[in-house]
Amino acid sequence: MTGRAEKLSATAGSIESDADVLVLGGGPAGTWAAISAAEHGARVVLADKGFCGTSGATAAAGTGVWYIDPDPALREAAMAGREKMGGYLQARRWMARTLDCTYAQSNRLAEWGYPYPVDDSGKSQRNSLQGPEYMRLMRKRTKAAGVIILDHSPALELLVDDGGAVAGAAGLRRQKDDRWVVRAKAVVIATGGCAFLSKTLGSNVLTGDGYLMGAEAGAELTSMEFSNPYAISAAFGSVTKTLFYGWATFTYEDGSVVPGAASKGGRSAIARALMQGPVYARLDKADEEVRRSMRASQPNFFLPFDRTGIDPFTHRFPVTLRLEGTVRGTGGLRIVDDTCATTVPGLYAAGDAATRELVCGGFTGGGSHNAAWAMSSGTWAGQGAADYARLAGAASNRQVARAGTVALRERADRPFAPAQLARAVQDEVFPYELNYFREAGRLEGSLERLDALWAEASSAGAATEADVLRAREAAAMLATARWMYRSGLARKESRGMHRRDDFPNQDERFRHYVSAGGLDEVWTAPRTHADGAYAEAAE
Amino acid sequence: MIEVIDAERCTSCDICVNVCPTNVFDKTDGIPIIARQADCQTCFLCELYCPEDALFVSPFADASQSVDVVALKQGALLGSYRRAVGWTDDTRELRGVDRSYLLFGH
Repeated sequence: MTGRAEKLSATAGSIESDADVLVLGGGPAGTWAAISAAEHGARVVLADKGFCGTSGATAAAGTGVWYIDPDPALREAAMAGREKMGGYLQARRWMARTLDCTYAQSNRLAEWGYPYPVDDSGKSQRNSLQGPEYMRLMRKRTKAAGVIILDHSPALELLVDDGGAVAGAAGLRRQKDDRWVVRAKAVVIATGGCAFLSKTLGSNVLTGDGYLMGAEAGAELTSMEFSNPYAISAAFGSVTKTLFYGWATFTYEDGSVVPGAASKGGRSAIARALMQGPVYARLDKADEEVRRSMRASQPNFFLPFDRTGIDPFTHRFPVTLRLEGTVRGTGGLRIVDDTCATTVPGLYAAGDAATRELVCGGFTGGGSHNAAWAMSSGTWAGQGAADYARLAGAASNRQVARAGTVALRERADRPFAPAQLARAVQDEVFPYELNYFREAGRLEGSLERLDALWAEASSAGAATEADVLRAREAAAMLATARWMYRSGLARKESRGMHRRDDFPNQDERFRHYVSAGGLDEVWTAPRTHADGAYAEAAE
Repeated sequence: MIEVIDAERCTSCDICVNVCPTNVFDKTDGIPIIARQADCQTCFLCELYCPEDALFVSPFADASQSVDVVALKQGALLGSYRRAVGWTDDTRELRGVDRSYLLFGH
């Protein structure tokens, strides 16, 4: 416990309410959690940093969904096909229950009116979702379930009781210039991952806030070394749709082809080329039919091109790789049981805020498994939190304190400058030579600088009202970067998306998870892979 | 990033102020203003939710660009994303034409 042990008292002008379950974050995981908790009888409040319905990586994009018909052979193939890519760190039982839950919840989406396409044989195709359509529907269903939604209400810190159990959260209402406090018997963190303000599509609300809040209450993280996926976009744009670059040819400035460059299985060649100079793409392998399907499936992919007069199928355009961090990585808050409980009583995690190691191991590949995980973990966490709240009974009289630390404590020192800190963290996590291609000396150099930034930020005084959200975001990014690199140092091998120049091969001695935690002192520890037997059989 | 709130079309409904996930707009007594342009993440969602097609998000994510509103209107670029995803009355059939299932696995 590193909390301020400050008694909870209402700030002037703040709103206060009680709930059984408080959900932080209103993307797919948060809305599924809120609906699930409400369906299990809980009074639910959902607080989103932005607007529930447009907030997060899914709303702005289109995503595949790991939706597989319940045919044992198909399911088996779907699970087996992922194991090598993920470095044999998945757990079969979790993959199977994720497939079951995703199938059921996708079919509910159809009942709720999601306009799934019908193929030429008349079959409804349910392995893809249009983000704006999906999240508009989820907002509607969340409200219909009786959930109270607080939009533009970022959480700043958790509340904890005398016994260390989580008891709610407090935050800002940034369009009302006041604060909110919700006392709750259980909290679900569904605040997404951390993409370090890289402008990868829809991800600038995803700054690792839930990791920081969880860690302040004592929660552990895991698989944080699997945090370095980069997505391809036009160099000037924000739209990252890696699937479509599967039809691209990548070239240097002089027009010659970048050897080995490919969207899938050759992205590191693109990164290495970008370290030398500009790289261009042209989607010249797409035939007429593929082009038509792309336009129909993902209109937003074409906005950067249509609005600049580029025909991406016939013109070369410059590309870049934008860091997606743990949004498409697999690290996050550690989950200890089937209800997605964390290591802290009363605290649950879902979606990208939670680890995806159980279904993805060390590599996600695309949105498909993350989308399935968001639906499933949200559903389980919501039910788990509702059940926990029911057993907790009337707990509203417990003594509650604020758990937030950095940027929230009254100190003699001046507050830190959030924009400057965020840039300093980006300087450590964006460069391909530090994060894409890792190596002990470079990781240690980064960690030294990041630890120094932490020492400075954590001794700073409370941020001003105008700066407090940005300050907490920058601090969360900083904490995330330190867990990432400390975990990356501990994994002395290459596995999943984690690449070490100094240890280029997968090493059997590291087929385990790496837990991480701590704020002033960051620690890591190996943790046995719970489902080792199948992995041995698979190799 | 967001470049245009067209004063001719905007009805001051303030939907953009509500739906922007990064809180870029502010309400005023008249039409909203782009108060924090640097916070725009170029997700195009404000355009999608604007019932009047009064907004324009430039595809340049990192730098503000000058935009010719008259040319945007002549080129039917205002509202082009909303029409493409089927969120206007006369494009509703486009909501169900996702053909990603034909593209996966490439």
